Amino acid sequence: MGELKLMKGNEAIAEAAIRAGVDAYFGYPITPQSEVIEYLMAEQPENRTGMVVLQAESELAAINMVYGAAAAGKKVFTSSSSPGISLYQEGISYIAGAELPCVIANVVRGGPGLGTIQPSQADYFQSTKGGGHGDYRLYVLAPSSVQEMADFIQLGFDIAYKYRNPVMIQSDGMIGQMMEKVELADQRPRWTDEEIKQMHDSWAAFGKGDHRERNIITSLDLDSSKQEKHNHHLQAKYRKMEENEVLFEEINCEDADYLIVAYGSSARISMKSVDLARAKGIKVGLFRPITLYPFPMKQLNAYVGKVKAILSVEMSAGQLIEDVKLAVECNIPVKHFGRYGGMIHSPEEVLTALENLIKGE
Amino acid sequence: MDIKDIVKEENLVYSKTNLMTNNVLSYCPGCGHGTAHRIIMEVIDELGLQSQTIGVAPVGCSVLAYDFMNIDMIQAAHGRAPAVATGLKRTMPDKCIFTYQGDGDLAAIGTAETIHVCNRGEDITMFFINNGIYGMTGGQMAPTTLEGMKTATSPYGRDLKKMGNPLKITELIAQLPGTYYVTRQAVHTPAAVRKTKKAVFKAFEVQKEKKGISFVEIVSNCNSGWKLPPVKANQWMVEHMFPFYPMGDIKVDGHLVNSNKAEVKS
Amino acid sequence: MTEEIIIAGFGGQGVLSMGKILAYSGIMQDQEVSWMPSYGPEMRGGTANVTVIVSDDRISSPVLNFYDTAIILNQQSMDKFEKTVKPGGLLLFDPNGITHPPQRKDIKIFKIEAARLSAEMGNTKIFNMVVLGAYLKLKPIVKLENVIRGLKKSIPERYHKLIPMNEEALTMGMANSVEIFPA
Repeated sequence: MGELKLMKGNEAIAEAAIRAGVDAYFGYPITPQSEVIEYLMAEQPENRTGMVVLQAESELAAINMVYGAAAAGKKVFTSSSSPGISLYQEGISYIAGAELPCVIANVVRGGPGLGTIQPSQADYFQSTKGGGHGDYRLYVLAPSSVQEMADFIQLGFDIAYKYRNPVMIQSDGMIGQMMEKVELADQRPRWTDEEIKQMHDSWAAFGKGDHRERNIITSLDLDSSKQEKHNHHLQAKYRKMEENEVLFEEINCEDADYLIVAYGSSARISMKSVDLARAKGIKVGLFRPITLYPFPMKQLNAYVGKVKAILSVEMSAGQLIEDVKLAVECNIPVKHFGRYGGMIHSPEEVLTALENLIKGE
Repeated sequence: MDIKDIVKEENLVYSKTNLMTNNVLSYCPGCGHGTAHRIIMEVIDELGLQSQTIGVAPVGCSVLAYDFMNIDMIQAAHGRAPAVATGLKRTMPDKCIFTYQGDGDLAAIGTAETIHVCNRGEDITMFFINNGIYGMTGGQMAPTTLEGMKTATSPYGRDLKKMGNPLKITELIAQLPGTYYVTRQAVHTPAAVRKTKKAVFKAFEVQKEKKGISFVEIVSNCNSGWKLPPVKANQWMVEHMFPFYPMGDIKVDGHLVNSNKAEVKS
Repeated sequence: MTEEIIIAGFGGQGVLSMGKILAYSGIMQDQEVSWMPSYGPEMRGGTANVTVIVSDDRISSPVLNFYDTAIILNQQSMDKFEKTVKPGGLLLFDPNGITHPPQRKDIKIFKIEAARLSAEMGNTKIFNMVVLGAYLKLKPIVKLENVIRGLKKSIPERYHKLIPMNEEALTMGMANSVEIFPA
């Protein structure tokens, strides 16, 4: 068993990054995730593993520092919160286009605009449907506990390198600010230059040896037919992710007449609602997508003919619900419930929404 | 004498730069970019740094610099080359990292990155090609466009009241403690090319010593954007660009050169 | 066992750290814990509160509307949280500064004069430990030895010399809570 600690989600993700053997963190402070860079600066990982931590002059610079280091085959992590992630989008699009691995954490706060510093899940579209320009996808993990904040760092890098694709860990102010018990993984060594050369010599830009052609990291191809071909390649990669990398959790779903679909902190809140409902004799289960992209389409579709209705719960005006509806292909009635703008719904509010759904309101 | 005698080895005075690829340059005839590329690649070759060097290409005419420079390269978003270079250098402190940027990239959209990379004193080399115009997008006004200069977005000439002043970004960054060697050169004559090559050598030497930013501005022409034939464009550059962007070292060994101190104060 | 607790008072009373020590104590005896603070604008005006859950099972929602126990340390918090105690639950408060004492008849109500006791002990900084002692006497969800272990984990090593004083404060709290209702 690894070391047990009581940590905030933001601290756990930072510590997990050090332990995963990450080479560099570049970031810019923004509430409610500043603890990530604060923790790293206090921890001085350069003395523990040689990991670089740098506070950039802006989110624009931070994401492009990520782009640079990732281009060299280095493991790079960054974090921000919604308005900052909006500024990241140009860089993320480049990173996706140039097929660079990296892990980006978004500790979501309420918007639009400067919004609020309180928790929200209103960046679902931004994470799963593009965010920046062009046809690209991020692999999006939605932790619902501090433990998952820590665990998804290593998982994120595994996926990022397997597919050479940026990975987004989308949590929110609640998961970021709360403390829970977390079991920390043992320290992994950082890759040596030699290891990086062995693994990534075919694409990474760390200096051209005589044995190979130069490596070019770019998302540009002025020849549209080549750019289309590149896009086909990207799409094929995303189909592979959809086929092989879907993660989800089912709680009390075996005998369920109704489903709540919720992710991240909304899933935690809804777990309580399921308990409250079951105590009242309502047979309801919780279906929790862990990957928001690729979304567990088939797995949710399997409930067609089994459940009478679905309540899609999220801290937004209704973004997740679009994927829920796509998954069940109009074969199950789906309703949305959620507070937003920084408000967190209570387990009782979710229960009331469920009861209204059952009553047909 | 037949041609075979002429091309004999002992008669060779110049050959294609080793580290330039065989791709046909995409630059307009007479443009300074090709010469600037060649000089940089020659120096990297002469220093034996090909396997140690990673270059960062900008957005602008030189967006395809990686097609011509036979080293590992990264194409950066518009203005972000200094941030990309920071990511590279921080994770590979012993590699040779340079950016190659135009005036729009370095002095307009990327001003924050330029200022901060210089202020942090990252151990990288920056090449700044200043032709006072946006070449790739078809000749619009740049931050460095001179007063009265006609461009696609200042068709009646740059009006300082309406459009602001041409920005001497090089003098500006020379003020920052993180810059160690700052110079302004040109590539329009063989003599200028030789001087520039010396400056490029020095810039990479400074990087090797990890003393902070080495920054080489190359004032260049844009015949297409300026709508002048190459020779006239160079003449115009000498007559108009050089008085405002004077040639020579601005900061050497971490110290501002005297003439520049006066220049900045005025 | 699942115990859902709200601790609420002024900033500076050690509300958040009391919650943290309680949560760490739970970890020391292999329980699941969560600690969810109010933050941001909610904290303006000097109030602070934290929801702590200690459970033998996986914890569902870390944010709650209703609690098994409310530990209330100022009047604003009394106004806000008296009504959130589940029927049959526990309300523990320090009467210092309380102008409107709790009125509920369907819950157990205890007081602990932690402000007075800690002042008498010559150290108002251990105020929150007196309160925690009183709570643990009423609901012994974690063992005292695990609280001490939790303390060691949650405060920096340079303050470990203060642990005996904290232990004394816990004991003081355990001995001094007074039942108000049903009295």
